[in-house]
Amino acid sequence: MPPVPEQAVTSAGGLLLVIAVLLPFVGVLIGIALRGVHARRVALCTLPLGLAIAIAIAVTVLQSGAQLTYLLGGWAPPLGVALRADMAAVVMLVVVAVVVCGIGIYACDDFNPARESPGPRASSTFWLLLLAVWGSLNLVFVSGDLFTLYVALELLTFAGVPLVCLDGRGDTLRAALRYLLFALLGSLLYLLGAVLLYGAYGTLDIALLRAASVPEPVTWAALALATTGLLAKTALFPLHIWLPPAHAGAPAAASAVLSALVIKGSWFLLIRLWFDALPGVVTFSAAQVLGALGAIAIVVGSVVALRQARLKLLVAYSTVAQIGYLFLMFPLAFDAGSNMLVHDAALTGGILQGISHATAKASMFMAAGLISAALGHDRIADLAGVARAMPITVLTFAVAGIALMGIVPSGAYLAKKLLLESAADSGQWWWTLVLQGGAAFTAGYVVLVLVNVLRRPGGAHPVIKRVPAVSEYAALALAVCSLLLALAALGPLPAHLISNPLAAGELLATLLVLLGGVLLAQGLSLHPLFAAAPAATMPASGLLRRSAGATGVMFARIDLLARGWTVACISLLVVALLFGGLLFFGARG
Amino acid sequence: MNAADLFGVVAALLVGIGLYGLIVNPQPLRKILSFNVIGNGVFLLFGAIAYRGAAFGLGSDPVPQALLITGLVVAFSATALAVALLLRLFEATGSDTLSSEPPAANPSAAGEQ
Amino acid sequence: MMTFVNLLLAVLLLALAAWTTLARNMFAAVVGFIAYGALLALAWVQLSGIDIALTEAAIGSGLTGLLLLNAASRLHVNANAGGNTGRSRLRVPAALLSAAVSGALMLCVFALPETPPTLAPDVAANLASTEVRNPITAVLLAFRAMDTLLEAIVLLFALIGVWSLSSDPHWGGRPGLRQYSEPNGILAYTARVLPPIGIVVGAYIFWTGADYPGGKFQGATLLAAMWLLVLMAGLADAPPIRRTWLRVALVAGPLAFIAVGFLGLQTAGAFLAYPEGFVKPLIIAIELALLPSLTLVLGLLLLGAPLRGEEP
Repeated sequence: MPPVPEQAVTSAGGLLLVIAVLLPFVGVLIGIALRGVHARRVALCTLPLGLAIAIAIAVTVLQSGAQLTYLLGGWAPPLGVALRADMAAVVMLVVVAVVVCGIGIYACDDFNPARESPGPRASSTFWLLLLAVWGSLNLVFVSGDLFTLYVALELLTFAGVPLVCLDGRGDTLRAALRYLLFALLGSLLYLLGAVLLYGAYGTLDIALLRAASVPEPVTWAALALATTGLLAKTALFPLHIWLPPAHAGAPAAASAVLSALVIKGSWFLLIRLWFDALPGVVTFSAAQVLGALGAIAIVVGSVVALRQARLKLLVAYSTVAQIGYLFLMFPLAFDAGSNMLVHDAALTGGILQGISHATAKASMFMAAGLISAALGHDRIADLAGVARAMPITVLTFAVAGIALMGIVPSGAYLAKKLLLESAADSGQWWWTLVLQGGAAFTAGYVVLVLVNVLRRPGGAHPVIKRVPAVSEYAALALAVCSLLLALAALGPLPAHLISNPLAAGELLATLLVLLGGVLLAQGLSLHPLFAAAPAATMPASGLLRRSAGATGVMFARIDLLARGWTVACISLLVVALLFGGLLFFGARG
Repeated sequence: MNAADLFGVVAALLVGIGLYGLIVNPQPLRKILSFNVIGNGVFLLFGAIAYRGAAFGLGSDPVPQALLITGLVVAFSATALAVALLLRLFEATGSDTLSSEPPAANPSAAGEQ
Repeated sequence: MMTFVNLLLAVLLLALAAWTTLARNMFAAVVGFIAYGALLALAWVQLSGIDIALTEAAIGSGLTGLLLLNAASRLHVNANAGGNTGRSRLRVPAALLSAAVSGALMLCVFALPETPPTLAPDVAANLASTEVRNPITAVLLAFRAMDTLLEAIVLLFALIGVWSLSSDPHWGGRPGLRQYSEPNGILAYTARVLPPIGIVVGAYIFWTGADYPGGKFQGATLLAAMWLLVLMAGLADAPPIRRTWLRVALVAGPLAFIAVGFLGLQTAGAFLAYPEGFVKPLIIAIELALLPSLTLVLGLLLLGAPLRGEEP
């Protein structure tokens, strides 16, 4: 995705951007006016329209080959506000539309106001919030102004928080309040950064800032503060205080919205800030630290995921780990020659990873929700027999897992290839280890779940409640999308990347990843993966398991400590000061 | 020291005071108060920057001023949502602490719930 | 003289902010916050921000203060003193880090460019074409009208969130607690006398906003305050949130705003643009449409989640 020359005029078809943002918002407004029972109907009417708009934008941009611009009210920046859609924004618009539609179909039955459970309050509110999240995300993707983006972030927060506590239970309310307070702190830090940028350059427009910004103290401070604020909202370790309880406690459809979509808003804004607004202000060391935080998130998130007893918490912690993956592109996109971040294969790989995660994680939460609804519990140790009773859902989980792992032929596979290639090109071999190791961790918790669901049940048939087939197929469709959509979205690929995905070397790499996953799952999970191990290997593996178990407990302790309010806030300030220092001294050195 | 610099310094200190309060005050309502203090600091800094930009007979740069009005309204909405959430939490659990984690979120708790 | 006033304001602001943060008693902290908001409004006046001073006094200090006071009183009933007082050994690092952030920000204040960048000339040059005389109104409803539209939507999203926090049996019911007061008491008397005056003043603040400081938000806050006063005095009851008129009134303003925006597409060539000669009437029409919606949404945000069924 090469940078497209900036335009100061509205381009043909630019109005589509306005409609993409306003359509879901108008849906919310009409939904409020028509009251509860109709909210679902309004949302279901809006879904296909919004998808059509997103596709229309994609077609327009692909045909013209240039970014789409719309000057609101005809006023050009810096006085006015421009909406812009480059390739990255277009990809996100389309994928989010697809995921929202998938979640909508999945939730049709769960949040039916005509049914007794979960009641008219939750079921009408869910649909309004789904549309609200959608419109806010579209605004994040297309807005070219840092203040409008602040408002968009707040819209996203206000839409996301009530999703956490739709069931009104005490623990979800507490999770929602923690989420809200921490997210608000993040927004304020971001706003502080935007304010400083206005003070230095007199504009909030991203394209104008790109041209005007120079490395100087105010800009470093602004970038450090805004970055930290956005990391808090994206829940990158160690700022993931709110994520596990919030994502695991919410209803499955709401978890899918939160995990697949909401965190992508602040993540995408961070890309805008680093790649588009201030690419020349970023330093090598700051980009390395951002990637390192991602690497730590992968390790801690994955290990703690493997230590979970409940499926939804496992999936929530896998989100903590996957968020780490989304930050590996920052160091890889740093061009040592020009000393700035560039739009190159690493960014493409990162965005690809983002959309693979959005689709795969949504379907994984849906699958977990279906299993939990059918069994009445989601204890991983008691999932035996589920594969036979719910083959579609288990297939969904497996496909989503493959997509997350980055195994042939998923979009994440291409993403990993692009990032590995960047790592090789820029000589940053250490990220290769993180990329391959992360895939093995992902394989670990996917294998852990699959082994348990494939086990034969000891007693009777486990399923006690039928789940709607349409929900099962919606989840499967999204998982399959995760395999295919990335291919479609990427367009023309560098041919050498996919010359032969079934070559011996590729298959060997895949096998190694899977093997690593099995070993990790065997070592770290609460219950041994294969209970009946050969007697001869028992003592050695017992010792190994004990030490691995101790490691797991240690990581769980670290996670628990990091998620305490005081510690999390202190980490936040440390991260802010760290980035400030790295930008300051990095530019000197 | 002119008014812009003076209130800029006050803004920086308000942010610091608010951050400290947000971190150490255990009660959520006090955290919400501290959040408002931080917000005021950010807004005041923007106001000081606007005041520096006075020109053409305008006593202050009107663009940040307009954005500030939006910012104040957004901050009020945030406070209202946070307070409603806190009151509901209090009503549901009889406690207003953030610290006690639900057992489900405890990674070492095996097989609960 | 000016400098002295500013210095005094600065010291008082910091002292009250510290009080708000450190006071042991929750009520004392909230009261400190309200006083602090009033002082902040004065600071805005000193920074040539009359519009912001009005907004700060009305929303920042007034409504937020009322919201927090109400919350403090409801939490106070049988709240334990907050349990543990945090990890005391982390107080020192917290203080040091907060101070470091403050220090860095102060350095930034003095590192800002000598010749400050500003959009004031751009606004001044384009003010005439907006036909309004208050430059802030021009920014809010012409140059950056999108932000104002989004801000109205933010309030509604917050309201959806607040309402979603009602318990299931009370969904659709009346928000807030039913207020009773002495029919001939001072509160009831005030609630009879003040609203007509408040409505006139609110309408004036709203009307003058196009040309002088003031506008829809400040006006709407005053109107909302009058409504709340009547409710608090027990002279009327909050409407159940399932009422259709209420819901339609809530969204009518933003929808009208969007409609005018699309009208601009036909008549002026861009979404949220206004045809020449009709700029001021259209801006006033938008503000007029937003006024009732904003009044309701501000009042309802303050009242909180529905707590009672249909019956009063």
